[in-house]
Amino acid sequence: MPASTSEPAAGLALNLGLVSEPIEISEQSVGQAVEVALAAIAAAQDSTQLKAVRSAHLAESSALARLNASMRTVPNEQKAAAGKLVGQARARVNQAFSAREAEIVEAEDARRLAEEAVDVTALASRWRPGARHPLNLLQERIADVFVGMGWEVAEGPELESEWYNFDALNFDEDHPARAMQDTFFVEPADAHLVLRTHTSPVQLRALLAGELPVYRVAPGRVYRTDELDATHTPVFHQIEGIAVDKGLTMAHLRGTLDHFVKAMFGDEATVRLRPNYFPFTEPSAELDLWHPTFSQGPRWIEWGGCGMVNPNVLRSAGIDPDEYSGFAFGVGVERALMFRNDVKDMHDMVEGDIRFSQQFGMVV
Amino acid sequence: MRVPLSWLAEFVDLQPGTTPEQVHAALVRVGLEEEEIHRFEVSGPVVVGQVLDFVEEPQKNGKTIRWCQVQVAPEGERAADGGDAVHGIVCGAHNFLVGDKVVVTLPGAVLPGPFPIAARKTYGHVSDGMIASVRELGLGDDHEGILRLSTLGLDPEVGADAIALLGLDDSAVEINVTPDRGYAFSIRGVAREYAHSTGAVFRDPALTRAPEPAAERVEEREARLETRTPAEERVEEREARLETRTPAEERVEEREARLETHIPALHVTLDDTAPIRGRQGATVFVTRVVRDVDPARPTPPWMTSRLTLAGIRSRALIVDVTNYVMLELGQPIHAYDLDRLTGDITVRRAQPGETLVTLDDATRELNGEDLVIADASGAIGLAGVMGGASTEIGADTRNVLIEAANFDPVSIARTARRHKLPSEASKRFERGVDPRVAEAAAARVVQLLETLAGGRADARGSVIDESTPRHPIDLVRGYVSSLIGVDYTDDEIRGSLSEIGAELEVTETGLAVTPPSWRPDLAAPCDLAEEVARIVGYDRIPSVLPVAPPGRGLSRSQQLRRQASAALADAGLTEVLAYPFVDANANDTFGSPVGESVRAMRLANPLDASAPFLRVSLLPGLLDVARRNLSRGFTDLAVYEAGLVFLPQDGVQYGSSALPVGAALPAADTLAALNAGIPPQPRRIAAVLLGNTVDRQPEQPPVPVGVADAIAVARQVGHAIGATIDVVQGSHGALHPGRTAELVVNGAERAHHVGYAGELLPALAAELDLPRVVAVVELDLDLLIHLASSHVEARQIADYPAATQDLSLVVPISAAAGDVHTAVVQGAGPLLEDARLVDDYRGSGVPEGAKSLTFALRFRASDRTLTAAEASGAKLAGAALAAERYGATIRE
Repeated sequence: MPASTSEPAAGLALNLGLVSEPIEISEQSVGQAVEVALAAIAAAQDSTQLKAVRSAHLAESSALARLNASMRTVPNEQKAAAGKLVGQARARVNQAFSAREAEIVEAEDARRLAEEAVDVTALASRWRPGARHPLNLLQERIADVFVGMGWEVAEGPELESEWYNFDALNFDEDHPARAMQDTFFVEPADAHLVLRTHTSPVQLRALLAGELPVYRVAPGRVYRTDELDATHTPVFHQIEGIAVDKGLTMAHLRGTLDHFVKAMFGDEATVRLRPNYFPFTEPSAELDLWHPTFSQGPRWIEWGGCGMVNPNVLRSAGIDPDEYSGFAFGVGVERALMFRNDVKDMHDMVEGDIRFSQQFGMVV
Repeated sequence: MRVPLSWLAEFVDLQPGTTPEQVHAALVRVGLEEEEIHRFEVSGPVVVGQVLDFVEEPQKNGKTIRWCQVQVAPEGERAADGGDAVHGIVCGAHNFLVGDKVVVTLPGAVLPGPFPIAARKTYGHVSDGMIASVRELGLGDDHEGILRLSTLGLDPEVGADAIALLGLDDSAVEINVTPDRGYAFSIRGVAREYAHSTGAVFRDPALTRAPEPAAERVEEREARLETRTPAEERVEEREARLETRTPAEERVEEREARLETHIPALHVTLDDTAPIRGRQGATVFVTRVVRDVDPARPTPPWMTSRLTLAGIRSRALIVDVTNYVMLELGQPIHAYDLDRLTGDITVRRAQPGETLVTLDDATRELNGEDLVIADASGAIGLAGVMGGASTEIGADTRNVLIEAANFDPVSIARTARRHKLPSEASKRFERGVDPRVAEAAAARVVQLLETLAGGRADARGSVIDESTPRHPIDLVRGYVSSLIGVDYTDDEIRGSLSEIGAELEVTETGLAVTPPSWRPDLAAPCDLAEEVARIVGYDRIPSVLPVAPPGRGLSRSQQLRRQASAALADAGLTEVLAYPFVDANANDTFGSPVGESVRAMRLANPLDASAPFLRVSLLPGLLDVARRNLSRGFTDLAVYEAGLVFLPQDGVQYGSSALPVGAALPAADTLAALNAGIPPQPRRIAAVLLGNTVDRQPEQPPVPVGVADAIAVARQVGHAIGATIDVVQGSHGALHPGRTAELVVNGAERAHHVGYAGELLPALAAELDLPRVVAVVELDLDLLIHLASSHVEARQIADYPAATQDLSLVVPISAAAGDVHTAVVQGAGPLLEDARLVDDYRGSGVPEGAKSLTFALRFRASDRTLTAAEASGAKLAGAALAAERYGATIRE
C-alpha cells in the first residue's frame, strides 16, 4: 500500500521542525504504543473508523511518530538499538494497518456490489429499435450483388420525358404495347411527360452518358395506373440491369441471371427463360425463378423479363448495333418480397404500418 | 385468347387424351403465356329425353307447373342414372309439346354453379331429374324456357349423351397473347404454335380452296345438310383443299384472272386521301355476297359450344358465323344487310362533321383520322372497329354482304382509342392481321352460311389487294449464333425459319428470309434470331458469366444516402414509403414557408381525383402514414421517408411538344432541350414524430416528443453524411411560430438553407386528426450531400492536459443560445477545444428578462500545458465577445 505508507512519511518530513517534546524511548514506551495502535486497528470496522485510527496511531501526532522524532535526542551509542526498536514497532503497526485496510476494502466493495444489483429484465430502454423498409433493403441487397460483379448503380428521374420512357426504347407511339403500360401522364398531356413506367429510361441515360462498355443496374420507383389491391399497386419498385459490350450473347444474359439468383437465394435457385415479347429487347424472355424452399413449395415463379437489347434502343443512344450488343433484364422488388418473405398483401408494403418494417428491422 | 381443344384438334394433331394442362405447357414453351382453363362444368347423366305426356297443375303461388313423363332411355333399357326408362319430372316451363326432345339432367348430374341434381320432392311430386334450359347448361343466356333440341335442328336418339351432343365435354385453354403476336389471336395461329412446340402436323385452314364446279358444291352442301357437319367431315373437306394448295404468285394470277371475268354485286373503291404516317388505311378489301339466307336458323350446338368456350356469346346465326371465322382464322369479318346498302362502297377517311350511329346505337362524331366504310348514304361503319346500325343484319335479312379487309394497325388503334371502342376486331387489327387470309376467311363465311343458313353465294365477290409484298431480310451467316450464344447448325436455322412459314433463299452472305404474311412482327435479323432460339428451345442457351470491367462501387451520394437512412433507423425511426400523390392544399401548406400557392405537377389521369398533384414535400405523405398508425393504436411514433419531390420552377415551361423519333440518336441540342424539359426532382429525407420519444418505464419517466427530436433527426442525418447542420430560429407557415428551426449548413461564403425542423402548428395538427404536438423535419438530402465535406483534413491530436472551466453568462432572454455560443467560441479563440451549453437558468438571482447560460469549456494547447491563467484569459475573451454582441455579463 504505497499510499498509506508514504503519506505519514511525507507528513513527518513537513512537520520535522514542529516536533518539540522528546519522549524517552524504551521497550515499555514503544511496546505500549504498539499495543494501543494494534488494538485500535483491530477495532476499526469500516474505512471511516480506519481513517481515524490512522490519524491517531500512525500520523505525525501519534505516539509512534513522536517516538520516532525523539530519536534525535538519543545518545549516539544507543541510537542503533533505539532505532531498531522504533523501526520494528512502526513496521508492525503499518503492516497490521495494511492488512486491516485490505479486509475492510474488500468487505465494503462486496457490500456495494450487492447493493448495486438490479433486475436486468426490468431496465429502462433509452433507444427504441428503428427499421428500414424491406423494399429498400432488398433493392440495396440486389444492387450489392451486382456491385460485387463490377457493375455500377444508375439512377434517374421518376417524372420522365416520354422519349426516354417509350420512343427511345422502341415503343412505337401507336403500338399496343405503349397503351398497355397504363401510364400516368402529367398535364398538359401534350408536354409528353410521364411518371416512368419502368426503370428502363435510366438504362438509356446510362448508355447516353457513359463510355462503353456499360454494366449498370437501376433500382427505383415506377408507376402504373393500377388500383391498389392485394397484388397491385400504382407505385412500385423495379431493379433493371443492362450490359452493353462487344460480343455479349444471350448466354451471357443467362449466366448473369444464374449468378444473380444464386447469390440472392442460394445455390439451389435456378433460372428458366421462356420466349416473350418486350419492345426494348429482341429476343425477349420471361424470367422464371425456381426455388425449393420458398413458402409455397418448390415451384417456378414468374419474376421478370429479359432479353437482348433491341438494336433500335442502341441506335437511340447512338451506339452501333453492328459493333456492340447487350442484354437487359428487370425484376419486381415487391414480387421478390412476396415470394421470398411470404408477404401476402401489397397493402402491407405501401400503407406504412410500422409493424411491417419493424418485423424486418435492419435486415431483409 | 381462349382455344377450345376440339377446335385446335382440327388443325393440328392432338394425341387422344391430351389435357388442357399439357396444351398449356406446350404453348408456354414457344412463348404464349398461360392463363386459365375453361370448362362447361357439366357432368354426370345428362341425356336426350322425349316428352311422352304432361299434366298442367296450377299451384297456390299462381304458377302452373307441368308434371311430365319423359322417356330418358330406349324402351326396355335402364336410364343413364340406373333408373327406369321413363322419369317423372316437374317442369315450370311451358314452351314444349308432347313429343319434343329435350335435355334431361338425371339425378347425379351436376350443372354449372355447381348445381347438383337429385330426385327431390316438389309441388306434390318426386321430380326425378330436371329438363334444362340453355342458361342452365352454361351455353348462353336463354332462360325463356327449356331447350327443345328440334330448334337446333337436332333429332337424336332418346337416351343419347347430351353432353357430347352439345359439345359440353370440350374445354378451352386461355393464353395471354403478347402485342407482337396478333396472329395468335386465332385458332389457326395457336395451332401452328402448338405444332412448333410439339412437332405435331399442322394443317393450315387458310389455304384457299380451289374453285369447285357449282353442281358438285350443291350436292356436297346437301349431303352436309343431312349430317349437320360433324367435325370429321369438315376435316376431310379441308384436307381435300390442302391438296390444291397454290403458291402466292399463282394465287395472285388466279385472282387477277377472276377479277376480269366477274361482275361484282357492287363496286368497291379504296380512297384514302389522308394516310396516317404515310400508311394507307385499307390495303385489302374482299367482299362476297350470299343470297337468300334464313337468319332465323339455329346456330348448331358445336358452334355454340366453341363460341361459348372462346368467351363469345352466341347471338344469332349470321353474327355467330362471322365471329366463328374471326376466331378460327384471325380475320375480323363484317356482315352487312345487302338490301340496306345504298350504292357502291368507298373506304375513306371521315369527313368533317360526319356522324355515324354504330351497332351499339351510339351516335359517334367522327374524326378526320377515322377510317370509314361508306356508301352513297354516307358512313356505314367504322372500319375495323364497329359496324353501323343502318346496315345491320336483322331478322328480316335475306341477302348478306361479307367484308373481309385488312386495315392499317395505327389507324384502327387510334380510332378504337378515340371512340373508346376496343373490340375483338380492333384488337386484331391493332396487332396486325394476315393480309393473305382475307379471301380464305370470306370463303369460309360463305361456306358456313351456305351450309347453315341455307344461303346461295354469288359465284364471285370483289377482291382488292393493294398490300405490298414482304421484303426479304438479310440474315448474315453466323449472326444468330453470335447473338444467342449457341452454335446453331445451318439445318437448325433453316429448319426453324421454314417451320414458322418463312421463305428462304441462300445468298452469298447468308440467307434472304421472307417472313410469312401473318408475322408483321418479323422485321429485322434479331427478330429472326428469336424465332430460331425459341423454335430450337431457350433451354439450349448455355450459362456464361460475362466479366464486367472493374467497377467503382457505389457513388459517394449512394453511399451517403444509405448511411443517412441507416442512421435514422439506428436512432429508432421506422422507414416507410408513401405514395407521392397529394392535393393542392397539402403542397401549398408544406411546400411554401408562408403557405402561399406553390407550383406543382398535376397528373392528367390520377387514380384518386382528390390527390392529383405530385408532392413538393415528403411531409403530407408521412403525416398520412402517422395518422394511419395512430388509428391502429400506435401512439408513440417516429417514421421517416427518403424520396423524390417534384419541384417545377415558376416561369419555366416543362415538357416537349414534339418528341424526337426513336432508333436514332437525337441531335445534342434536341437532347439537351428534352432534359431541360424535365422538372427538378431533388431527393429529400423527412421524419414525423409524435407521442413519446422515450417510453415510460421503471425509473424512467416518459420523454415527450418535441422540436428537439426533430432537430436531433436533422443532426443525425448531417452526422451520417459528414455535414454539420446548424440551427437558427426560423418560421414556417405550417409550424409552431415559437418552435421552428431553420436548418442551415454554413459554407465558406454563406449559410445554405437545407430544411426545417419544428412542431406542427397545433391548429393544423388538429385539422389532420393528430395530437397537439407533432415534431416534423424535412431536409434536402441532395443538397446536404453536396455541401458535406468530402474530405477530412486531419488535425494532430494534442496530448497535453486539458483545462476545463465553466462560464455562466447572463444575457437577455431574446438572445439565442446558439448565437451566444458562437460568440464565446469565436471570442475564446484557438485554445478553446469544446464549448457545450449545460444550463439555461431563469429566476432568482437573475434579473427579470434575462437568463443565465452556462457553458462547460475545455481548453487545450497543442504545444504545451496550458496554465490556469491562459485558460481564464481565453474564457474572458469569449465572454467579452458575447458581451459586445449580446450584452452578456459574467455571473459569478
